[in-house]
Amino acid sequence: MDFLNSIPWFLMATSLAKTIFLVFLVVLPMVSYTVYAERRVSALIQDRLGPNRTGFPLTLLGFKKDFSPFLGGLGQPVADAVKFLLKEDLTPGHVNKPYFWLAPCLAMMPALVTLSAIPFGSEFMGVKMVIADINVGLLFMFAISSVGVYGIVLAGWASNSKYPFLGGIRSSSQMISYELCMGLSAVPVLLIAGSTGLSKIVDFQVREGWLLAPFTDGNLSLRELLLWVPVGVAFITFTISMFAETNRLPFDLPESETELVAGYHTEYSSMKFALFFLGEYTAMIAGSALIVVLFLGGWHVPFMPDGRAGWVWGLLNIGTFFAKVAGLLFFFIWVRWTLPRFRYDQLMKLGWLYLFEIALVNIFLTAGILALCK
Amino acid sequence: MAYTVPRPKLTFAEKIYLPSIVAGLAITWKHLKRMLTGQTKVVMQYPEEKWDAHMPEHYRGAPTLVTDEHGRERCVACQLCEFICPPRAIRITPGELPTESEFSKVEKYPAGFEIDMIRCIYCGMCEEVCPEQAIFLRKDYAITGTSRAEMLHDKTKLYEMGGVFDGLIHKWNPDK
Repeated sequence: MDFLNSIPWFLMATSLAKTIFLVFLVVLPMVSYTVYAERRVSALIQDRLGPNRTGFPLTLLGFKKDFSPFLGGLGQPVADAVKFLLKEDLTPGHVNKPYFWLAPCLAMMPALVTLSAIPFGSEFMGVKMVIADINVGLLFMFAISSVGVYGIVLAGWASNSKYPFLGGIRSSSQMISYELCMGLSAVPVLLIAGSTGLSKIVDFQVREGWLLAPFTDGNLSLRELLLWVPVGVAFITFTISMFAETNRLPFDLPESETELVAGYHTEYSSMKFALFFLGEYTAMIAGSALIVVLFLGGWHVPFMPDGRAGWVWGLLNIGTFFAKVAGLLFFFIWVRWTLPRFRYDQLMKLGWLYLFEIALVNIFLTAGILALCK
Repeated sequence: MAYTVPRPKLTFAEKIYLPSIVAGLAITWKHLKRMLTGQTKVVMQYPEEKWDAHMPEHYRGAPTLVTDEHGRERCVACQLCEFICPPRAIRITPGELPTESEFSKVEKYPAGFEIDMIRCIYCGMCEEVCPEQAIFLRKDYAITGTSRAEMLHDKTKLYEMGGVFDGLIHKWNPDK
């Protein structure tokens, strides 16, 4: 395998295949079906039915009947995409055009780029299932995902009207505050795993048991039991920061529609609006993937061989990873339709006065436990 | 005088906020579960399920004309419904019965009877005012068309929708 990997074209071909698989076959369909799931789950939580009609209009292609799969409405994302593409793309006269056009791209791209560092499977046919296996994976994720705020700030600024502007300002201050707690709450994981490479963190969890469930390697030592406390705290603070980072309710102040019309994307229409939408959900998927990698054992299935044992296991690992991500996405949606939005000062207070301190103390706690029980 | 609203004293569990989040999640989960297991009653799924079975007796749908048991039209073109109709949806052209008819010079008949269903407000005044009980509001509610002409119900259409009403009309019925 090392021999093959040393050939540049082989590396390029596999990377290209992995990129196409990850982006076009997994993440983008996942994004559109997350939007669908969002609407269905919100409806079910509110005792409604949600979009349950749109099937695939096979009659247009000359078939006898339309195809509506078991739940109904599974054609909704396709219909949405067609609608977005066919709508009029309006650029208001008062906007700053170059930035107005740049902003949606900047909202979408970082979220997709962060995916490259995520190990989404063990090995499949001898190829490692990660596009860029860099040993500063976590830092790379943080760096690129914070670029995502530029899309929102630029959109708010370039729109040249008050509500998008307020949305952009809120977004930047929120991101700066919560990036800090996010980075700090990931530090205990780095201390325990001893690496910032995401693959290495997953390998550590395969050997020693998932960080959030240390019994998955078959035994539970006192050290792991003690570490469970800071890891649990880190998980909670990290997840809360991730909610704020991806602008999800209860922290969706940049676009809070009851206060700011639609926030930073008020002036956007058609596919440019859809790009913000896609960017938000892609960021959500990337965030969930990061949580899975850091705390929930990545692609690991307890007590099962991994991809080195055969391609079936490789596929199983990839499936497991995305099943875990889907579970977290459901949690994101579930929280959104449960909690009301924070007030802005409450949001800032929570970030700076509580989460930041908790994350900081948590680092010392972890370091202490690690120093005491070698 | 200034009045200070007393702030409630929060317990530790309330202050850290997480227990109430979990409680909220439990509530929404319950709703989700009840929906998924079909315990929550949802609205009628209109095109598949219809009102028809649950329609009350007094439902006022589209106005129609009826014939009697001999197949004669009951309408005598007295035009009371045309005059009472609040949105003026009814237009009647009265006609003389031919001389060979046994009712010639006794009653008239409507040569033309049109109800504009774009105007009709389903108030039922035409039915109430009719001395001959010739016009009835049926239970048809989905009156649709792709043109204005299609929404103008003429005599043939009205009789087709109305059908037959037999028995004495109120005017001759001693029980009424």
